[in-house]
Amino acid sequence: MNSIPPFQRTLEEHSEEIWRYLRGMVGAQAAEDCFQETFLAALRAYPRLRPDSNVRAWLFTIAHRKALDHARRVREASLGEHDAADESERPNREIWSAVATLPPRQRAAVLLRYGGDLAHREIAATIGCSEEAARRSLHEGLKRLRETI
Amino acid sequence: MSNPDPIAAALGAPAPEAAAAAKRFADRAAADKRADLYYAAVESPLGELLLVAGPRGLALLHFVDDDADATLDTIAQRRSPRIVESARALERWRRELDEYFNGKRREFEAPVDWQELKGFRRRVLQATAAIPYGEARSYSTVAACAGSPKGARAAGNALGSNPIAIVIPCHRVRHASGGLGGYTGGLERKEMLLAIEGAGQPGQRG
Repeated sequence: MNSIPPFQRTLEEHSEEIWRYLRGMVGAQAAEDCFQETFLAALRAYPRLRPDSNVRAWLFTIAHRKALDHARRVREASLGEHDAADESERPNREIWSAVATLPPRQRAAVLLRYGGDLAHREIAATIGCSEEAARRSLHEGLKRLRETI
Repeated sequence: MSNPDPIAAALGAPAPEAAAAAKRFADRAAADKRADLYYAAVESPLGELLLVAGPRGLALLHFVDDDADATLDTIAQRRSPRIVESARALERWRRELDEYFNGKRREFEAPVDWQELKGFRRRVLQATAAIPYGEARSYSTVAACAGSPKGARAAGNALGSNPIAIVIPCHRVRHASGGLGGYTGGLERKEMLLAIEGAGQPGQRG
């Protein structure tokens, strides 16, 4: 159908990957607020979405902005390490702790690639940089992750 | 698909807690009236019902026969894509329907959204809404009430496209001869509704 789907369907289809992304970006505690803010902003703007737009990439862009807003709110110069207790019960704890220590752009690139399955071009659009810069952030981030685990 | 990379596997691992977060979002959006339309599936003796309401009231009541998604697509396209699932937003109508199915309610009080209904179709459905509980009218009577005494067939078409089944009681319209006529939800459901109202057989009183 040549129209945007009912919002509920968009919410259900993309909530898991958006949640995964935000959890990696801001930690489990803050992920809930960022998730709610992301979909609230999406709901507000939804009727203006064009039927041929990439809804998934659009949602990631909003989520990314909400993650950065959160970081600003907690007055961190950069997205610092989030609460280690968040990760203690989680499988692959050491990987997630390492993700939490990455610089924000690298963290976003790695999460968007492996948690969100976005292409390099979409990662670049989401975090607002060139495709080349996105590729480099992804590469650097992965390298640091492999070194720390 | 096996992925030998532990980083990729960890970052892409399922996040089942997301479903609960999505549910919290929909509930809050409904409580704060952030969306334009809300829907819920409701169990009934006639099978599952799909209810959709907006700020003016109930906009749609359909029998769900495997086409809920298509119905939602259509209303999203016609009215607004900002539509969210919320049982609580539809609770008023669900409760009244429950009472109706239990024979404890003869009239619906929760508001109905007439906005989309225009012209002859609207007049037919309004005439239908005025038929008292447990009674029946013929297609030509309803057509005459809608201002078109010869429009029985057109009235039948208008009733066939009744967006708010049961609440706009198109099941109370039948052939003058006593025949059941048609019903979009199936004649079996029409008979069940008439039986609930004690009007199952012509001439029988409830």
